[in-house]
Amino acid sequence: MIDWIAGLAAWELLALEPPGWGGVLLRGLAVSLQVAVGGYLLGFLIGVGGATGKLYGGPILRDILDVYTTLVRAVPELVLILLLYYAGTDALNQIMILLGAERVDISGLAAGIFVIGVVQGAYQTEVLRGAFKAVPHGETEAARAYGMSPLQVLRRITLPGMLPHAVPGLSNLWLIATKDTALLAVVGVAELTLVTRQAGGTTKSYFLFFCAAGLLYLMVTLLSNVVIRLIERHARRGIPAVR
Amino acid sequence: MSPEQRRWNEPHRLVLMAIAVAIVLFAAYNMRWDWLPRYSGKLVSGVGTTLWLLLLTSVLGFLIALPLGLAQAAGPVWLAAPARAFCTVIRGTPLLLQLWLLYYGLGSLFAYWPEVRQSWAWPYLRSAWPYGVLALTMSFAGYEGEVIRGAFAGVPRGELEAGRAYGMSRFTVFRRIWLPRAIHRALPTLAGETVLQLKATPLVATITVVDVYAIISRVRQDTYLTYEPLLLLALIYMLLTGVLVLAFRWLEARVPVKGS
Repeated sequence: MIDWIAGLAAWELLALEPPGWGGVLLRGLAVSLQVAVGGYLLGFLIGVGGATGKLYGGPILRDILDVYTTLVRAVPELVLILLLYYAGTDALNQIMILLGAERVDISGLAAGIFVIGVVQGAYQTEVLRGAFKAVPHGETEAARAYGMSPLQVLRRITLPGMLPHAVPGLSNLWLIATKDTALLAVVGVAELTLVTRQAGGTTKSYFLFFCAAGLLYLMVTLLSNVVIRLIERHARRGIPAVR
Repeated sequence: MSPEQRRWNEPHRLVLMAIAVAIVLFAAYNMRWDWLPRYSGKLVSGVGTTLWLLLLTSVLGFLIALPLGLAQAAGPVWLAAPARAFCTVIRGTPLLLQLWLLYYGLGSLFAYWPEVRQSWAWPYLRSAWPYGVLALTMSFAGYEGEVIRGAFAGVPRGELEAGRAYGMSRFTVFRRIWLPRAIHRALPTLAGETVLQLKATPLVATITVVDVYAIISRVRQDTYLTYEPLLLLALIYMLLTGVLVLAFRWLEARVPVKGS
C-alpha cells in the first residue's frame, strides 16, 4: 500500500531524460499523432472517392462501395486492424516477390496508417455522402445556368454548401481516429498506449503512467475541440444558429 | 430523387453475388478449417460471454447514464461539473487505455492492500472480469450520458409547465413527463450505441477475459493460422451486428418515435 502510493507520486519517473520515461511517452504520442493524421487523410481520400462513387457511380461500383462500408462498420476495429495488418503486409510482400524484389519489412507506422485509413474511409464515405446530398439541387443547377464550369460549381457552390453538414461528422471521426490508434498497441506498434504499458511494466508504476498517458490523450482531444469549434464557426458563417 | 432502394435480382447484383459465393467456396475448400470442430464448443461459450458482457454493461451503463445526463441538464453546478468532467474524460481517452489503467493500475493497488487480499472479494478482484465490466460500463455511461443530457434538455418546456399547471409536484412531473419523454427521445440513438459497445467488447480479451475474440486468439496460437480464424471472427461479429440491428429495428417499430 505504502509502496503503491509512493509509486503514484514518483514524479521523477516522468522525467524526459532516460532514467525517466517522459521522453518515451512523448515519442509514443508523436507516433500516435502521425498515425492518426496519416490515417485520417488517407481515409479522407477514400471518403471523397467513395462518396462520389456512391452518388454518381454506376450500379456495380455503388454496390461494391456499399459492401465495403457495411463490412467495415459491422466488424470491430480491433479485428479489422489485425486482419488488415497481416493481410496488408502479406499482400505487399507477395507483390514485391512477384515483381522480383526483396521482401520488405513494413514499418509499423506505415501499416498503422494504412489500417486506420481503410477504417476511417468507410465512415468518412458515409459522412461525405450525406453532406453532398444536403446541397440543394437548385443551387448547383442555378450555378450551371450562370455558365460556371463543373469545377467552378464544385469550388463555389458544392464545397462551401456541404461543409457545414460535413464538419460535425468529420470532426467526430478525427476524435475517433486519435483514439483508434491505441488499438495498434495490440499488433505491436510503439504508439502511446503500448509504450505506456511497457513503462508501467518496467517500473511497476502502472497507475502513474496510464494517468499521464490519459492526460496526453485528453489534451489532444481538448485542443482538437478548440480547433474544431473555430472551423465550425467558419463553415457555418451566414447560417442562423439552430438552437 | 433517384430510387435508392433497388431490387436484389438485377443482373449485376446476381453476378456480384455469384462472385461472393465463389470467394466463400474458394475459402472453404482451399483454407484450413479442420480446427473448427475441436473449438466449436469453446466458440459458442465465447460468443455467450461476449453477449452477456454486452447486455450487462449496456444496461448498467444506461442506468448510470440517466443520472449523469440529468445532472448535466438540470443539476446544480457541484453535480453538473463532475458529471461533465466524467463524460469528457471517458470520451477523450481510448477505451483500451482506460481498461489497462483499471486492470493494471487498480489491480496493483489491491495487490498491495492486505485488507483487500484477505477479504471475500479478493478472488473476484484478482480476475479480469470485474475490470472489464467496469471499464465497458463507464464507457457506455460516458457516451450515452451525453445523449441523455441532450434528451433531457430537449423536452419542450411547455410539457413540463403543463404538468406543473395540473398541480403535479416537481417529482411527479419528473416521473410522469420529463423522464419518460427523455428516455423516449434517447431511444433512437440506443441502437447505434449498442452496436458500438459490441464492437468494443473484444478489447477485454487483452486483459485475459475469455470472450469469442480470446478463443480465436488461442486458435491462432495453437494452429499457427493467420487468416482463417480472423475471417471467422469477422463473420461472427458481422452476424452479431446484423442480429442486433434487426432486433432494434423490431423494437423501434413497437415504440412510436415520431414527432419528438
